[in-house]
Amino acid sequence: MVKKLPRKDVVIVGLGWTGAILAHELTDAGLDVVAIERGPWRDTATDFNVAYAPDELRYAIRKDLFLQPAQEAMTMRNNISQTALPMRDYGSFLPGTGVGGAGTHWNGHTWRFFPSDFVLKTHLTERYGAGRIADLTVQDWGVTYDELENSFDRFEYLAGISGKAGNLNGKIEAGGNPFEGPRSREYPLPPMQMTYAPTLFAEAARSIGLHPFPTPSANLSKAYVNPLGIAMGQCTFCGFCERFGCANYSKSSAHTTILPVLMRKSNFEARTECEVLKVDLAPDGKTAKGVTYVDVTGELCEQPADIVLLNAYGLHNVRLMLLSKIGTPYDPATGTGTVGRNYAYQTNASTQVFFEGKNFNPFIAAGALGQTVDDYNGDAFDHAALDFVGGAGINCIPTNGRPIAYRPTPPGTPRWGSAWKKAAKENYGNTLTFSSQGSSYAARGNYLDLDPTYKDRFGRPLLRMTFDFPDNDIRMSNWVSDRMQQIATALGGKQAVVGRTRKGWNSVPYQSTHNTGGAIMGTDPNTSAVNRHLQSWDVPNVFVVGASAFPQNAGKNPTGPVGALAFWAADAIRNHYLKNPGKLVQA
Amino acid sequence: MTRSTPFRPSRRGFLSSTGMTLLVASIAGAKAAEHSGTLPWKPFAALPPQPLPGGRWYVFTADEARMVEAIVDRLIPADDLSIGGKEAGCATFIDRQLAGSYGSSERLYTQGPFLPGLPTQGYQGAEAPVARYRAGLAALAQHVRAQFAGKSFTDLAPADQDKVLADFDAGKVAYPAAAGFFNLLLQNTMEGFFADPIYGGNKDMAGWKLLGFPGARYDYRDYVTAHNQPFPLPPLSIAGRPEWKVGSK
Repeated sequence: MVKKLPRKDVVIVGLGWTGAILAHELTDAGLDVVAIERGPWRDTATDFNVAYAPDELRYAIRKDLFLQPAQEAMTMRNNISQTALPMRDYGSFLPGTGVGGAGTHWNGHTWRFFPSDFVLKTHLTERYGAGRIADLTVQDWGVTYDELENSFDRFEYLAGISGKAGNLNGKIEAGGNPFEGPRSREYPLPPMQMTYAPTLFAEAARSIGLHPFPTPSANLSKAYVNPLGIAMGQCTFCGFCERFGCANYSKSSAHTTILPVLMRKSNFEARTECEVLKVDLAPDGKTAKGVTYVDVTGELCEQPADIVLLNAYGLHNVRLMLLSKIGTPYDPATGTGTVGRNYAYQTNASTQVFFEGKNFNPFIAAGALGQTVDDYNGDAFDHAALDFVGGAGINCIPTNGRPIAYRPTPPGTPRWGSAWKKAAKENYGNTLTFSSQGSSYAARGNYLDLDPTYKDRFGRPLLRMTFDFPDNDIRMSNWVSDRMQQIATALGGKQAVVGRTRKGWNSVPYQSTHNTGGAIMGTDPNTSAVNRHLQSWDVPNVFVVGASAFPQNAGKNPTGPVGALAFWAADAIRNHYLKNPGKLVQA
Repeated sequence: MTRSTPFRPSRRGFLSSTGMTLLVASIAGAKAAEHSGTLPWKPFAALPPQPLPGGRWYVFTADEARMVEAIVDRLIPADDLSIGGKEAGCATFIDRQLAGSYGSSERLYTQGPFLPGLPTQGYQGAEAPVARYRAGLAALAQHVRAQFAGKSFTDLAPADQDKVLADFDAGKVAYPAAAGFFNLLLQNTMEGFFADPIYGGNKDMAGWKLLGFPGARYDYRDYVTAHNQPFPLPPLSIAGRPEWKVGSK
């Protein structure tokens, strides 16, 4: 028996960053909103309790706050010639669950993508010719940087981002990122105080003509009260940031910036430990009636609503669309279909520089405390004489010195025994690490669909990921690794080990929880799943918000644009859709 | 008016990896998880880590425990830098981890079919860590008996023990159960040496003292700009420092 529940104006799937922003905006517009979250309720005082929050084993190694594969796994393969198998434990990326979502345990790097990133296909074609991107399926977003500027600004002020503007209304500012798009005003807070390693990194980068600047951070440099009136505290550099909830109210998340206000609204309700199985469509397949979910007791419930918002993690948005038969699944053989199209990731490599006689004190750290060089990111540099497009930010952001996972030793060191122990001791405080975070450009063979074999605990097919790093991105990353070598040389030290990205994406070692695409936005319903307002082309009362909308990924962390897209979609619903429900863009 | 009834049965399964399911009773009777009109909060609603009492082995047999203690003492030998893995409690740590959800893989995806995978696809075996330890230790014992005239691992001289472990590390031991077992053992041993002492290893924070990691301190604001200076404070566990305990001198 299915329990039929009273109708709501809006049902939101997933109460993380985007779900909380949209819930706040739409309840402000007077709508009756319910958010359905499959993970537990979480709050700072109880769940990120300072008395036991700094526990590396529990949170970072056993991954207590993350989505558990028993609840939902995914299968993976590098290309269609392989048989996808389930990732029985998550490794390369770690999706979140519970109230706050992945925004609970993120590091807090909060970027705006470059203006050229939003019109990537047009920009690269004009500058280098269509032949340069023939092997890629990059697209324009359908929305420009200038259109999104206000949404970026609102997200940064909601979250109290610490940073230094590099471009204020077109004027380049000393100390900031000279390659960024124009901002309408400064960051809400100044940059964080710098630790030793990023300070040395910035000096070395500057000495060879690069332009380092403080990484924009959602770890707060000062106490802050956001526009909703919610107060946050100064970051204490505890070094338990990524993979942890913040016990200190100093890392921006839905908990620390929205929920204290949202939860007090009488027209909002959150239902936790309730897992949405599918979006229910009318028989014609063109209107969503609501969602079906399994509640905490195992009872099947139908929640009718006029508007359905998919605000789960990007990969889960795509899976829900496929399971609900919203839109046409992408077919890599023909390049047609939209749902699952243009899955992209991040192309990273890291560098270690080993010193003697230093005290880097790696445990004095925060998730987003560091310095970035953007000289080789995106299209900030001329690619005319190069054999690739795209680029990478080079980041020195030592996030922690937690010793189960962080024990750098030079190559050739034994993994155990007295010689290992001596090397681990010598190098723990003597190692400077920095890394490249590269763009991931869409290619025809990289996509998401439903697995034919493996099922979840409800018998639904798992999401299947087919992905490898495109050759373009490998060439890009290796070229940037050569630039990292130059910085390493300028740093000195007794030995530098520069990482190289290789073909064969490996799902085991942690790389990045920056999975993008699969439900991309655009201007053409033949090549995008949602329109420029994040509205499904096929089922117009469904909006799909998240990194699933990115047509490809830039060499930057996605949360800034994800937050901006949430405000952008909220504006479209408030200002346009509610007045005239239906397709906001005619194809 | 709140309709908030925050409770978390599923956390027992999905969230309490290091909490010991052996000792945690389930909460029955709660139904809804609806929150509206207020910010839900309940004191002590989350799950603090629950150390297991010592003085016994939870998973290992006495023979297995002796073998694991001997192994961890070669992976992390006692020397002038620190105590060894045995004294640090690494075997105790592993035993207690195996007794919880980690040992049974209850949070992982354990549905079949189980097919041989590519290295990029990760561990594809059907066996959870408890079974892998049982079979891996048996293979190690059998290997030692065959190579050293019926002896057991604990009878061997340290140099021979190192040779056996190096062969396992290098994949030179042919028993099927040996595949991947050394990496599991090494990972868990290092976890035991460097995890918070509440989990049974890292005795007196020996692992943290070795590296200079200050542990569960949460505020470094006074030191963030003290560039290239040694950090002056000793490490701190979630359970505090030994001298803070009642009755300590």
